[in-house]
Amino acid sequence: MALLHAPDRLPSDIEDMLLRKIWFAGAAMILVVSGGIAIAESRLDAAAVKSEDGKYLDKEGNPTFKVAADGTVDWYTYSGYRRYHSECHVCHGPDGMGSTYAPALTDSLKTMSYSDFMAVVASGRQNGNSVMPALGDNPNVACYMDDLYIYLRARADDAVGRMRPAKKEDKPEAYTQAENSCMGKK
Amino acid sequence: MRKVLLATLGSIAVLTAGGALANDELIKMAQNPKDWVMPAGDYANTRYSKLNQITAANVGKLQVAWTFSTGVLRGHEGGPLIIGNMMYVHTPFPNKVYALDLSKDNAIVWKYEPKQDPNVIPVMCCDTVNRGVAYGDGKIFLHQADTTLVALDAKTGKVAWSVKNGDPGKGATGTSSPLVVKDKVLIGISGGEFGVQCHVTAYDLKSGKQVWRAFSEGPDDQIMVDPVKTTELGKPVGKDSSLKTWQGDQWKIGGGCTWGWLSYDPGLNMVYYGSGNPSTWNPKQRPGDNKWSMTIFARDVDSGMAKWVYQMTPHDEWDYDGVNEMILSDQQIGNAQRKLLTHFDRNGLGYTLDRDTGELLVAEKYDPTVNWTTGVDMNKSSPTYGRPKVVDQYSTEKGGEDKNTKGVCPAALGTKDQQPAAYSPDTQLFYVPTNHVCMDYEPFKVSYTAGQPYVGATLSMYPPPGASHMGNFIAWDNKTGKIVWSNKEQFSVWSGALATAGGVVFYGTLEGYLKAVDAKTGKELYKFRTPSGIIGNVTTYENGGRQYIAVLSGVGGWAGIGLAAGLTDPTDGLGAVGGYAALSNYTALGGSLTVFALPQ
Repeated sequence: MALLHAPDRLPSDIEDMLLRKIWFAGAAMILVVSGGIAIAESRLDAAAVKSEDGKYLDKEGNPTFKVAADGTVDWYTYSGYRRYHSECHVCHGPDGMGSTYAPALTDSLKTMSYSDFMAVVASGRQNGNSVMPALGDNPNVACYMDDLYIYLRARADDAVGRMRPAKKEDKPEAYTQAENSCMGKK
Repeated sequence: MRKVLLATLGSIAVLTAGGALANDELIKMAQNPKDWVMPAGDYANTRYSKLNQITAANVGKLQVAWTFSTGVLRGHEGGPLIIGNMMYVHTPFPNKVYALDLSKDNAIVWKYEPKQDPNVIPVMCCDTVNRGVAYGDGKIFLHQADTTLVALDAKTGKVAWSVKNGDPGKGATGTSSPLVVKDKVLIGISGGEFGVQCHVTAYDLKSGKQVWRAFSEGPDDQIMVDPVKTTELGKPVGKDSSLKTWQGDQWKIGGGCTWGWLSYDPGLNMVYYGSGNPSTWNPKQRPGDNKWSMTIFARDVDSGMAKWVYQMTPHDEWDYDGVNEMILSDQQIGNAQRKLLTHFDRNGLGYTLDRDTGELLVAEKYDPTVNWTTGVDMNKSSPTYGRPKVVDQYSTEKGGEDKNTKGVCPAALGTKDQQPAAYSPDTQLFYVPTNHVCMDYEPFKVSYTAGQPYVGATLSMYPPPGASHMGNFIAWDNKTGKIVWSNKEQFSVWSGALATAGGVVFYGTLEGYLKAVDAKTGKELYKFRTPSGIIGNVTTYENGGRQYIAVLSGVGGWAGIGLAAGLTDPTDGLGAVGGYAALSNYTALGGSLTVFALPQ
């Protein structure tokens, strides 16, 4: 797949506008049900407005997911699914659903900002006997921070369900280069 | 030289006489069915009690006699020890130990709570579980999460000695129960998901000084294997039997962890245990058989040297740790009386071996859905004798990195995990708590960083196609390798079983039921819903003329990870949560001990 450049993709912008309207409608319904403003805002914010080398960004410039009408997910969401289930799921449960002793990230990511997520994953935190380890030195995590964030954001927004995403965009060339250099591969 | 050796041996015999007495004390105590002096009930790990006040005829009238809250959340594995009027109850991290006086309204006589660095919590792969304390020489031995092995005065709880068994900074943790044998305390270690080079270590009972340490992989001196005298399936293992099966120095981060149970045969002077998965979970990254991961070890308890080994799953591709308990029984096969070792492996095969020689007698599936192998090559003249025949379709090695191998049964949880089975000499049947779960497994490349997870595979788990239940409780004939009866359970059975002379077998369920079934038929005779899901092991004892049944509840452990959220049904397609109800709909956290007895 060719790399996408946002300025060249007017039709996609229109698509996003349409999407945003749908999000509004969805958000309003959720407001009625849950009364939770944070959830609604998060849903609004998650819409992809542009893409850089296969990574989608929201209007704040934070990484986000992209799920096409046929269920095809962006590469980061798919990669995040795999990395999550290798590094995180033994505590946080399958598909970000939580375990008997670690929080469900499908909930946490509804309110947690991108920068807070990065800080907690890199530096860890402790709340009594509940301990999140610092994973900043672990290349299997550190090299895939955006992948994990994007996957979990998609889960928190119900944009992807449980289990492995069935269809995915190809691995972007720029991603492969960045991954190899981060993981120290030749 | 020989004279010097003889002289030395003579003096050792004198020195160890005291230790031998401690051993005799434990053997004698284990024969008193009123007590429960070691985690598995006896050295043979049978989890069988001669108590027979509670019978198949009256168990239906069982009532709760008393309960005790541990004050700790998270997964409660293992069970209490009972010695005379004292009961010793342990908890998951922070690894409290309570000593209760059963003659004084179960009052707390002493409580021990170690100060441990909480940073050990996230390096425990599968919850902060602990499988219980051991007793010997007037002391209670506890293996803390931070790998400290501590000896507590059984009367006062005061620390007699403590020793560090590993480095949690590198991902080594303590979850397993010690075993006191002769003048030694034996203990394994956890950390297979962190690339720890795991070992079993013997410490001196009196001082805590290290006597021997045997690694699961490495040079011959480190693994305490004699190239000529140590055999596998009757043949000497040869020089560098482990090193030859690893690429470069990968054995240094090779796993083979020893977090399961230990058993002991006083007659043969041998201790038995299994080693866990080779690290990482990505088989492509570690070519070779990865010996001696996934191996049954038979070691001389005094010297630590291995007499025989048997690797069940060479070059593991599915995380089928070999750590489950080795149950020792003396049974007649054909016309011969045999000293047997029976083992229900994570890989879904039930093994029966001669525990003296290591001869393989039976290797059969104890869940019919097991599909990664067509069985073990039992032809003694075959070059692949003793090896499982791997089905290509379910080989994650064949599939390779970044390929999702689907529909492998059992899941990494194994057909059974650490939850120990029981053996009744009355029925000559084994009572086995099992998982009935399959998986998709995708290996990929990971890099090793000390103290960080070193996993390298993505898994998803689900019930076998067409099944609506995720566990079975079965009765197994180890001579023929056949299931005699099988009870379905909605969730994996993650609780250790208890068999009794009353003809009743007990186990717990993840919803929190304590269940009693008929030992002959499996018919359910009694059930009671305890406060939380049960992953503990059922225990029995007698006090004041009454037989009691005790079990820890407190959901968690690996079962609490995979099942808390509910498993998904792959046939339901993307995004659908299958028809399999989540465990969290049935139970919540909280550790407590529930004790049952017949009405007076």
